[in-house]
Amino acid sequence: MSATATPETVSALLPEIAQLIVTALNLEMAPEEIEPDAPLFGDGLGLDSIDVLEIALVVSKRYGFQLRSDNEDNVRIFASLRALTAHIASQRSQ
Amino acid sequence: MNRRPLLSRRQLDDVFAWRADGPVSVRRFLAEADALAGQLPPGDWLLNVCNDRYRFAVGFVAGLLAGKTSLQPASQSAETLARIEADHPGCCCLCDGEFAAGGLPRIDFPDLSAVDPAKISKIPDIDADRVVAILFTSGSTGLPQPHRKTWGKLVDNGLAEASRLGVDRQPLHIVGTVPAQHSYGFESTFLLALHGGCPFWSGKPFYPQDIAAALAALPPPRLLVTTPFHLSALLAADIPLPEIALLLSATAPLSNELAAQAEARCQAPLLEIYGSTESGQLASRRTLDGASWQLLAGVELAQEGEYTIAHGGHVEGRVPLGDVIECRDDGRFVLIGRHADLINIAGKRTSLAWLNHQIAGIPGVVDAAFFLPDEDPAGGITRLAAFVVAPTLNRQPLLQALRQRIDPVFLPRPLVFLDALPRNTTGKLPRQTLQALFAERQRDG
Repeated sequence: MSATATPETVSALLPEIAQLIVTALNLEMAPEEIEPDAPLFGDGLGLDSIDVLEIALVVSKRYGFQLRSDNEDNVRIFASLRALTAHIASQRSQ
Repeated sequence: MNRRPLLSRRQLDDVFAWRADGPVSVRRFLAEADALAGQLPPGDWLLNVCNDRYRFAVGFVAGLLAGKTSLQPASQSAETLARIEADHPGCCCLCDGEFAAGGLPRIDFPDLSAVDPAKISKIPDIDADRVVAILFTSGSTGLPQPHRKTWGKLVDNGLAEASRLGVDRQPLHIVGTVPAQHSYGFESTFLLALHGGCPFWSGKPFYPQDIAAALAALPPPRLLVTTPFHLSALLAADIPLPEIALLLSATAPLSNELAAQAEARCQAPLLEIYGSTESGQLASRRTLDGASWQLLAGVELAQEGEYTIAHGGHVEGRVPLGDVIECRDDGRFVLIGRHADLINIAGKRTSLAWLNHQIAGIPGVVDAAFFLPDEDPAGGITRLAAFVVAPTLNRQPLLQALRQRIDPVFLPRPLVFLDALPRNTTGKLPRQTLQALFAERQRDG
């Protein structure tokens, strides 16, 4: 099962996940412009639930696991780039 | 007074819903609703934002029993809540999770596990003429429009859909990916549970793996109530799915490709529902059988000028439809296009005129136009583009200002800055001009 990823592992993976978001969603920005701790929704990057499912698909293909929401909050994993990266780092199987 | 039962085709000890800890009987459901009704504060209105479908159902019926009307807005933005507070004094807000209720008195869904189901001995009935729910559309002007639903029409609505889907002969177990508050989910999960004899899963699964898990938690035969958006993500995930007896889709057009893929994958028919918040659901079709729709029992269409009017059956009054419709001799109809400039992105509706009005209202914007590109033949969600003349504004502040005014699904991608818009001599921007600008932009990458 999953272990908690170290902050160093998460930081090292950040640029890759930022690139994945920009590519998957065709965003008009450079990956390094995504602030690691800014919200991906609302006032941050302004993503919506369509984007979440698109990213979930790309993540499942590349990292070999399916996203789940154990509670009713579908978007908690997507609170920030760092939160998403930490989740991927702890769950990835490839 | 004409009264109709709260539930049809159910006995008190039948299963009403499935929660993570197992089935809930009709008797327990009614006991919980009755207990909650006694805990609601006085007042005529209830805003029920429970995410859990079972808790929504308990809250709705508690409101019914307490004489309240359920308010079901199209969005939960701060602006919407402020309007509800102003227009519906005494409204309280029933929540089952984190929710910023603004100035509305908030009621957290209580623990009802101690109520005694044994005290329930019959299924109550409700005045058929009473307005029990108000569903709101966002309205092409951006101002929410209320649509009042009486209990008798809602009962007929549930019965008509149950009959069309055949669940009156063979009840199905429902998993819904759509909220219980909006018209499609309200009708095809909640009303189908009350009047179609279909028990439902209490959750609202979102990720493909969650949908598979919810289906697996229910006994067969199963009905998946979903949208093209969730369905396409589910199929793309390519994960094992439990057996499904019937797929239902609505809120946005479904491509034949996606329908064919879904039917092949699930070995089940896929039906689409046609309707609107104003009219309720009106017709269905099996997507792969062709473009024409079959009206639900009792519903009729009439032509008035360029508009098609729905009436009869469970439709409240006479409702002009947003689509241009061609009725055929066999009683079926086909959709030809949309009136005006109404658009639908992932099931959310608005109009280009309203969006253009919003962007033009941002200080620093000299001229602007939204544009909806042709649908992507490869499937996927088509996003809006916008062309803007705003020499003093940067991209981020402009997007920030737009975000405060419009739903995120309507934010333009791309947002293209120009020195001037190519308006013609009458000041108009023909669609083909915008199409050419958009194509040029795509080519340049």
